Amino acid sequence: MERLAIIATKGTLDMAYPPLILASVAASMGLETAIFFTFYGLNIIHKEKVNQLKLAPVGNPAMPMAFPPSMEEKFPFLKSVSNFIPGPPQLMGVIPGMTDLMTEMMKKSIKEHGVASIPELLELCKEADVKMIPCQMTMDLFGYKYEDLIDGLEPPGGAMTLFDFILEADKPITIFV
Amino acid sequence: MAVKADRTLDASGLNCPLPVLKTKKEMAEMSSGQILELITTDPGAKADIPAYCKRTGDELLETVEEGGKIIFYLKKK
Repeated sequence: MERLAIIATKGTLDMAYPPLILASVAASMGLETAIFFTFYGLNIIHKEKVNQLKLAPVGNPAMPMAFPPSMEEKFPFLKSVSNFIPGPPQLMGVIPGMTDLMTEMMKKSIKEHGVASIPELLELCKEADVKMIPCQMTMDLFGYKYEDLIDGLEPPGGAMTLFDFILEADKPITIFV
Repeated sequence: MAVKADRTLDASGLNCPLPVLKTKKEMAEMSSGQILELITTDPGAKADIPAYCKRTGDELLETVEEGGKIIFYLKKK
């Protein structure tokens, strides 16, 4: 039996994608798959916070990103700007409201490129029977109750719960995000 | 393009991992030997669909590229 365990520790919009994409595809290929949500990764399965995941322009040197296609269409000068600046300059990240603006731009790009949203991917994971385990210790640390989290999760667990899942497999795969 | 498909799945405009997941779902409803025509616009599918077939044992009969679309013909194992 092959099993994939993914540890999701980050709570930004971009870092919510890899665990869910990898898990949904692996599970649909017949791997028994679990995602262990810990620390800020818990926000991905938090009823309210999942809709508030943001992109961090500050401290992210890879940040300047391409403008969404519809923005480039509406403001053709952006296309020529993109030739030498691929997105808003890094320094602009510190301006209040920039995090929200960048997040909205990213969400626009995501939609226009036909990439699934995080709630959609969570549904796909559930449909593919991905086990989603919230970490009990960090739930307590952050003050999240089980009812604050989305439906369809496994009961909260700890490191041992995850290792039990991994070690039961003949071929275990583990990914840390 | 002599391949005659039993079903068509249009995944145009969708990006990774949606074409693979939708293909998997569609194939689950089909019976052995049936052929699926999968239409995508995702360049990543060129690598992902053959890998999908390798894994599932389904046969990739043909891949056609035309006008920005990549069309796969998959025969269910």
